[in-house]
Amino acid sequence: MRITNLLEIKSVTCTKQERCLFESLSFSLEAGQIMQIEGPNGAGKTSLLRIISGFARPDEGEIHFQGQSISNNYDEFAAQLLFIGHKTGVNGQLTAYENVCHWLRVHGCGVDERAYDLLSLLGLVGLEDVPVRTLSAGQQRRVALVRLWLNNAKLWILDEPFTALDKKGVKLLQTRFCEHLAQGGAILLTTHQDLTTHFAALKTLVLEYQF
Amino acid sequence: MTAQHSYWQLFISVYSKDVTLAFRQRSEIVNPLLFFLIVITLFPLAIGPEPALLKRMAPGIIWVAALLSTMLGLDKLFRDDYNDGSLEQLIASPYPLSLSVLAKVSAHWTITGLPMVLMAPMFALLMNLESQALGATVLTLLIGTPLLSFIGAIGAALTVGLQKGGILMSLLVLPLYIPVLIFATSAIDTSSMSLDYGGQLAILGAMLAVASVCAPIAISSALKVSVS
Repeated sequence: MRITNLLEIKSVTCTKQERCLFESLSFSLEAGQIMQIEGPNGAGKTSLLRIISGFARPDEGEIHFQGQSISNNYDEFAAQLLFIGHKTGVNGQLTAYENVCHWLRVHGCGVDERAYDLLSLLGLVGLEDVPVRTLSAGQQRRVALVRLWLNNAKLWILDEPFTALDKKGVKLLQTRFCEHLAQGGAILLTTHQDLTTHFAALKTLVLEYQF
Repeated sequence: MTAQHSYWQLFISVYSKDVTLAFRQRSEIVNPLLFFLIVITLFPLAIGPEPALLKRMAPGIIWVAALLSTMLGLDKLFRDDYNDGSLEQLIASPYPLSLSVLAKVSAHWTITGLPMVLMAPMFALLMNLESQALGATVLTLLIGTPLLSFIGAIGAALTVGLQKGGILMSLLVLPLYIPVLIFATSAIDTSSMSLDYGGQLAILGAMLAVASVCAPIAISSALKVSVS
């Protein structure tokens, strides 16, 4: 039997404000692969990620996950999806620990006692119980990224995950990427920085700014 | 890590998050209640403190005040979650969005509707409502305020993507509130004439039953449209 791709993008077209962002875009992602989407601001990177995550519908084309169209099997797809966008979903009024526990339950994982350990791994020792809005931008981003350690989703879609992170944070995150890929996961991310770690299975997609 | 697929756990988590947040920013709980109280205390001053007149107008005033104060918190119902990206996370959760929505609407009712139901006997006294109409007031509010939350949440979900959706939401939602208002005030009127008001209550109950099943589906579809 042929090994099916984890994720398949089939001739997707997206138009916004009468400007075609990308036309008939097709690519696929296998388990263990990481794909970096590059392109200038306004090229449609975020739009593409939102379409793949199923938040927006493409004007044309389809997204298939494990051989099935995501629009028909969204719940199954969602169980295998971890999306962290520009808006990270971290509530500023709640503490870091409360945020982590809330998202664990929403994604169907039991509350894990490792949450505290992970917050300290990410350099948030002593900050677990203060409202997240009082933390710095980088620390808030780290709170959102704790989910990468506490999730068993196969496909990660990350929009600018390195924003506001320091060098150590970037390194830590890339180490986690390697672990995930080794476990048979796949990652789709946008970033303007070059990845410092060498990934054997790195694919790059360049979106051009179209007029 | 064990994946415990429990709908109840999701409901409790979303519900308790909203209630916790409301208790941290107390204005969310106090504002609607204070607005309710102010409207009710201002009316006797404005129209004159004649007991007969107040008694006649009380059901209408209490219900219009309840209806408007429910609308105060509606705009915020999905706004924060939309702005910080939580809404996308709820959509991308393996659970149905309508369940999270049901939890959020229940939390909204606990924060705005329930305090009004509990305070209603005091407000009824301020308006010189007889004790026989008191029961009807509390009962109609108990059935009616969740209904207001459900209907209002549809409007809030449709307008959450707009920067200033408040006015549009009022225009969308207020016409849908009218049937609730008519049956609720009619029930209180009937009870003050010492007649049986079970019919009106039954209609309100039927509306609530339909809304609690259909509104979460409508709200989740509206949210998906707003997010895309």
